[in-house]
Amino acid sequence: MTPDQPPGRLAGGLISPAQNTWCPGCGNFSIEHMMKSAVAELSEEEGIPLENFVLLGGIGCHGKLVDYLNVNSLYAIHGRSVPAATGIRLANPDLKVICHVGDGDIYAEGLDHLIFAAKRNSDITVIVHDNRVYGLTTGQYTPTSPTGFKGRSTPSGITEHPLNPLEVMLAAGATYIARGYTKKVRHLKDLFKEAIMHRGFSFVDVLQICATYFNLTDYYNEHAYEMQEGEIDAGRFESALGKIREWDYDREAPIPLGTFYAVEKPIYEEKFRALAAGRPDRGALVRKVIEEWR
Amino acid sequence: MAEYSVLIGGKAGEGINTAGLSIAGLFSRLGYRTYMYFDYPSLIRGGHNFAIVRASDRTVGAHRTPVDVLLAFDQNSIENHRQRLHAGTTVVYDASQVVQAEGYGLPLDAIVKEEKAPPITKNSAMLGTLARVAGIGREVLEDVLRATVPAKHLEANLRVAGRGYDAVEGVFTVEPLDAPALPVLTGNEAAGLGLVHGGLDSYVAYPMTPSSSLLHFLANRAEDLSIRVIHPENEIGVILMALGLAYAGEKTAVGTSGGGFCLMTEGLSLAGMSEIPVTIVMGQRPGPSTGVPTYTAQTDLHFVLNAGQGEFPRLVVAPGDLEEAYAWSATALILSWRYQVPAIVLTDKTLAEGAYSFDFGAVTEPPDHEPVLWDGAGEYRRYARTESGVSPLAFPGREGAVVKASSYAHDEAGFTTEESEEVIELQEMRFRKGESLGAELATYPAVKTYGARNSGTTIVCWGSQKWACIEAAEDFGARVVQPLVLSPFPVRQWKEAMIGAGRVACVENNATGQLARLLRQHGFDPGRPILKYDGRPFAVDELAARLGEVFA
Repeated sequence: MTPDQPPGRLAGGLISPAQNTWCPGCGNFSIEHMMKSAVAELSEEEGIPLENFVLLGGIGCHGKLVDYLNVNSLYAIHGRSVPAATGIRLANPDLKVICHVGDGDIYAEGLDHLIFAAKRNSDITVIVHDNRVYGLTTGQYTPTSPTGFKGRSTPSGITEHPLNPLEVMLAAGATYIARGYTKKVRHLKDLFKEAIMHRGFSFVDVLQICATYFNLTDYYNEHAYEMQEGEIDAGRFESALGKIREWDYDREAPIPLGTFYAVEKPIYEEKFRALAAGRPDRGALVRKVIEEWR
Repeated sequence: MAEYSVLIGGKAGEGINTAGLSIAGLFSRLGYRTYMYFDYPSLIRGGHNFAIVRASDRTVGAHRTPVDVLLAFDQNSIENHRQRLHAGTTVVYDASQVVQAEGYGLPLDAIVKEEKAPPITKNSAMLGTLARVAGIGREVLEDVLRATVPAKHLEANLRVAGRGYDAVEGVFTVEPLDAPALPVLTGNEAAGLGLVHGGLDSYVAYPMTPSSSLLHFLANRAEDLSIRVIHPENEIGVILMALGLAYAGEKTAVGTSGGGFCLMTEGLSLAGMSEIPVTIVMGQRPGPSTGVPTYTAQTDLHFVLNAGQGEFPRLVVAPGDLEEAYAWSATALILSWRYQVPAIVLTDKTLAEGAYSFDFGAVTEPPDHEPVLWDGAGEYRRYARTESGVSPLAFPGREGAVVKASSYAHDEAGFTTEESEEVIELQEMRFRKGESLGAELATYPAVKTYGARNSGTTIVCWGSQKWACIEAAEDFGARVVQPLVLSPFPVRQWKEAMIGAGRVACVENNATGQLARLLRQHGFDPGRPILKYDGRPFAVDELAARLGEVFA
């Protein structure tokens, strides 16, 4: 990753030497390569230095992605990468901070953090590798598994209904909401780029194939479709909500892919900017406070 | 020795804490050193709050049971404190609330009505009576009010204070001292200022007694101190946000109490593995669980020493007064960055919310260390193996560096590894870092002693109980030994301090003797335990009596 690399060659240099250990046919490969391309293209097109991208991972198969890309990363803990991402963005407004998280990771363990990041409109991007099953712990149900799902912890099938994470995010205040699918890679890459460039909290739920524990390839191929230009008004809450509810991760229905919601709102981190700017001599500030104590 | 104790008591919501601070201000103006113990139950309005302010011509950091003046807003303030009265105690009470008492009864309801002043000004009436009883001039009283009351309420307060002043008579005379008027701060305020001195950029916290007032203080002074203060969704979010800030290069501290610290432990362990610095101010209160939320304890020493899965070095310090809270909060933050370890400043409700005269000039200057930074040469490796165990830091956004931090066992570049040799190397590297930290601490006053060596009796204590011990020790001519650093434990300094210790008593605000257990772990005899676990700190006289039983 030298700064004088010729244009167009960036993406190739972003693959790290770490050995890839995902299962053959895993949907994570698509996400990895489309993120790699999105970062490289944004670097070229928008002039964002590669060193200004930061990836975060939770724990699960998805998290390995941050090892596989030669980009700044904080490989965090299960469900907790989102508040760390907000911290990073607070510290340095020039950084593009991207969380790769899993559906068990962020919808179960870390849902509170996700909701609050959306609520504050933290200027970070969250990419959910939503394979609707726990992979690394070998096959239990997650918050987006369909009713009746038989996992290793629920052999007789779950009776609860899945969350519709897009609806949760819309209610929580996310300002960018999209859904992608790992078999539609070009579309996925475009969503990643859009999400990263969005000013404010951006959220992409990626329907990801789990080749080993929950292979829904045929189901998604049959039901998923890309929304067309003008199909919804992504600037309107009600329009987004209607489309988001077309499929609830449970019953059989067409599955819209694309951007459901994109609006501009004040960014959380901005209001803290002035406070810590310029690294003043804090020793002097402390002395002043003590001298003027009353 | 000139010293005075004043108790002011009433219901929550009546401003007892502020009134106590004003009383401390009155004595401070005259050059006295002050200490205030504030006692309050966990409720917003009603109940019984009281503050005991002790003023002396020398340093004080603990209260005594008897009081010279009792200022009572209600009957509880009379009934609950009868044991504190002595022959010379002056009692002043609000005759509109108190039915039965002896002393000066002031019809405060009528006074504030006549002066067209808000009810909160009753505190100023009490302050006025105190000034008169203690022979303190009206001008000193008015000076204190001018410094503490917002301008638009000042006139009303001055009028009501004057009514109090005129309603009583002089009983004794507090002579002005030839000493500077020191500011009165709480332990949390001193710790907060110390953190900023140490280079704090951001403070992140979720409210929890007794650390909420640290959050409030820093939030109120954020602009003056040029820091960010952030209150996220919970303590898990708090510590992760702090680690994100620090990963990106910002010096960050968090504050909490036991329950919140429980939630932070996975983040603490992440800090241990990823080597991202964070400083945690941990204010103890009695548990288990919600326990006795607004009272005090020293019950989490072993919790903070052992919290978090896995084995990693950490710095744990336990200051015992404002000067130590300031110096060691700064030091903790600086060393946390120098050695890339989590640092814990262990306080308790007594120190955190107690108010003391702050002698800024007596603060030991914290070290002036910068973190070890990458020099930009060659390929950056976040976890480069070094002899000291400390890998140079770079932050994301730095050209030419890919900064990979991880919760997994990792190789030098930060990539996940499960290889036996690399796992061993990484663990040993962490331990080297801990040893380097320990070696540096050997040059710090990590163990402090008070009183003469070879006195034949030694009192061992830690944290907020320090000053009760120093004073009580005088009755026995005993030496006091106080560890400031609990991890890595300063074994050599301890050994040195305890030479000729004689009979030893170990004073702690807990039921099991946690410092004693730590000392035994390191092969030291902690002596006889003197424990108190009712949520209240030792009063000097109470402790002296307990010591008398042990040293008899």
